[in-house]
Amino acid sequence: MPDLSIHFCGVRSPNPFWLASGPPANTAYQVMRAFDAGWGGAVWKTIGEPIINTASRYGSVDLKNERMMGLNNIELISDRPVEVNLREIAEVKKRYPKHTVVASLMVESRREAWHDIVRRTEDAGADMLELNFGCPHGMSERGMGAAVGQVPEYATMITGWVKEVARTPVIVKLTPNVTDISHMAKAAMAGGANAVSLVNTFNSIVGVDLDSYAPRPAVAGRGSHGGYCGPAVKPIALHMVSSVAKAVPIPISGIGGIGNWRDAVEFMLLGSTSVQVCTAAMHYGFRIVRDMIDGLENYLEEKGFNSAMDIVGKSVPRIEDWGNLDLNYKIIARIDAAKCIGCNLCYIACEDGAHQCIRVEERPHGDLRHGPLPEHVPHVLEDECVGCNLCALVCPVPGCITMTEINTGRPAMSWKQLQDARGRSPQCSMEDLLAGGNTSN
Amino acid sequence: MFKDPAPKLPLEQLERNFADINPPLTPGQALEEGSRCLFCHDAPCIKACPTGIDVPQFIRQILTGNRRGSARTILEANILGQSCARACPTSVLCEGACVLNHEGKKPVEIGKLQRYAVDPIVAAGTKLFKAGAPNGFRVALIGAGPASLSCAAELRKRGYEAVIFDANPQPGGLDTYGIAAYKMRADDVRKEIELVRSLGVEIKSGVVAGKDISLQELERDYQAVFIGIGLGETEDLQIPGEDLPGCRDALSFIEETKSKSLDQVQVARRVAVIGAGNTAIDVVTAARRLGAEEVYMVYRRSRQQMSAFDYEYELARRDNVRFVWQALPQRIVGNGRVEALECVRTRRQEGANDARGRGAFLPVPGTEFRLDVGMVVKALGQKRKVSFLQQIPELELKNGCIQVDPQTMQTANPQYFAGGDCVNGGGEVVDAVAHGKKAALGIHQMLEAAKGKSAVNMSRA
Repeated sequence: MPDLSIHFCGVRSPNPFWLASGPPANTAYQVMRAFDAGWGGAVWKTIGEPIINTASRYGSVDLKNERMMGLNNIELISDRPVEVNLREIAEVKKRYPKHTVVASLMVESRREAWHDIVRRTEDAGADMLELNFGCPHGMSERGMGAAVGQVPEYATMITGWVKEVARTPVIVKLTPNVTDISHMAKAAMAGGANAVSLVNTFNSIVGVDLDSYAPRPAVAGRGSHGGYCGPAVKPIALHMVSSVAKAVPIPISGIGGIGNWRDAVEFMLLGSTSVQVCTAAMHYGFRIVRDMIDGLENYLEEKGFNSAMDIVGKSVPRIEDWGNLDLNYKIIARIDAAKCIGCNLCYIACEDGAHQCIRVEERPHGDLRHGPLPEHVPHVLEDECVGCNLCALVCPVPGCITMTEINTGRPAMSWKQLQDARGRSPQCSMEDLLAGGNTSN
Repeated sequence: MFKDPAPKLPLEQLERNFADINPPLTPGQALEEGSRCLFCHDAPCIKACPTGIDVPQFIRQILTGNRRGSARTILEANILGQSCARACPTSVLCEGACVLNHEGKKPVEIGKLQRYAVDPIVAAGTKLFKAGAPNGFRVALIGAGPASLSCAAELRKRGYEAVIFDANPQPGGLDTYGIAAYKMRADDVRKEIELVRSLGVEIKSGVVAGKDISLQELERDYQAVFIGIGLGETEDLQIPGEDLPGCRDALSFIEETKSKSLDQVQVARRVAVIGAGNTAIDVVTAARRLGAEEVYMVYRRSRQQMSAFDYEYELARRDNVRFVWQALPQRIVGNGRVEALECVRTRRQEGANDARGRGAFLPVPGTEFRLDVGMVVKALGQKRKVSFLQQIPELELKNGCIQVDPQTMQTANPQYFAGGDCVNGGGEVVDAVAHGKKAALGIHQMLEAAKGKSAVNMSRA
């Protein structure tokens, strides 16, 4: 049986699945319910000077019948007094000593304020600290959250203040609302951060009510930009995690649209040691962790890994600059006529949205009153197919369109190698250089 | 009226029994069902719809909350989209063609979604279409069934004056009178006809063409005449006892369930229905729902040959109708009113076929039996209105059906066009609507061409 436990900055966690700092990790009651359900850790909802929230607070994006593909919130940090949160953290740690409790912190940008909250939190028994430099709404207007995380010098400075007194590992939570998040990870590291977590939520307006003209969510007919998260942001988060994994050598706690074990494995392969979940738990409750644990365990076993730690960062080396990709690698689409249901989506996607490499006859008129309808299968012009994947992506039938590798007989050559070859043999055509591979002289 | 009438059911129960068989989708159901549509390109559901409704488009419009646009997409292609959403045998039309079938999935419930889209728009009387600018041409339409309504609406959109002459007191034809009440309520049809009227179609009800108004008058006052008269009365059994009280025809029975309060419609405790088409199914189910305790469906051939659709057969089966296959009625007996139906068993004669390839089923002597019933309903299909059609010069008939050019629906008499049951011998509402549309286009092309010619002649003059 593979070992699901992880070591994060020296702290052992029963599994990599942590609740992210947010509404599901607001109280001891919730965190203990989550631990009972199987979560390995929880990052407490950000502790600081208690705030007052608005109603309403959340808005979401649905996709056809799917609810909450993306979730936006304008909720602030904890609205409960610091001492209540700390007392509950102590209570949870007493009852669940083996589970990981991370305290998320945000106070005004004063050295003493940070020193004070760090000492008190550590005294309560938190295993680690997470500095919330990411909250994009509300708190940033008060000089906290993203207002810190968007200025590398501030991030370095405040991390430094924390590190002056902290005895436990310090994680800096990064905002994605910057041009290059790896820059911010470096700034956190420069301040002494032991780890980073990312991503926090994205600046967003989730929608506008077409009747009242008010943005969603609305507070008495008005709104404010909020923070966007959920399945919709996962690809952006994955990219950010991988770029941070390439930029800094410290552990990463991955966040952004994780809802199941597959998502979690992807984040881990791209460099996350632990993963944090919020939207999915808000949508379905803590019970989702059961399949996350089971699925991860089965995956590790099937792939022959002994420990969850073995997959951390495994795909990072495969993230390349575009210029290193092989231009001579060729695949084409093949349609399995036996599986094709005749929806023609591959045809129209290629015709209008790609490279006009699929042909299909116009469908004849006809209904079943006069016998079965004729088979209707598009075909790929294989010589024209550029191997873009679009047809396979739109095809609704699993396994119907496969992208098949074609042996071009050419050695691998990237764009960067091609540039070198052009430099060496300016008289050769691009096509000849590609055909000759990287060996021409 | 009957020797042994069925016990009267309370009106509330009757209304429950005849309640809508397909209750409308809720917004949540419509969203879920619509989300299953793949938005196929050159979709087979469109190609399987005789009127060519752009199904993926209207479903997409439902999903985007564009209900009005969705209804417009449907009604543009099929002005009787509301009726068709209820009456269409979707399992052999759009839904039968849905690509999801090929993956072992349930097809998208297009009929229900169509109903979801059009019902509120038609009920609210939302005006979706405008009549075209008057072009000076007048077209007369005989019969106010689906074929004529569709043809007239299409003609109005192109600026033609369209006047429908209908023998019945209420327009709609079989749409109004011939479809089981639990599938289509008279009120729904009425609203749909209002939609046609709102385009400026004039409907003269209770006017019998060839009698109240002569065909010569029509030919004189209208540049084209569309024949959408449907079919006639139910075919006779041609057996003794057919005239006994308690023996009646299917269409008048269904009409009664739709035009009267349900507690005013009487049935016998035991009923035999002769025939196995979709109308026969409407009758047996209606009889059961009105309180008849034993309802027999008597058919000369076997289950395999019955012309009713499978889902219709299932309806009857669920209503506990008793199927009497391979039985030929020989006489109806009774003292002053129906008391029994006498039948004889039939056997299929190997190798022999009737005109429709259904096999010849011949009586087997010595196998006579008797069904004690107080009511016999004939559902053998309808007669052709040959005597009326023969009044129209040059019209060509085949088996009593009008022969037309399938592209233009023009008859052998160039001033006359035709569509619906009087052309195909009995089809679906949607086929009649498609005919009507085609005919409107055919009439338009003919009159445009004539206009062009006369313009040429004028310029020559």
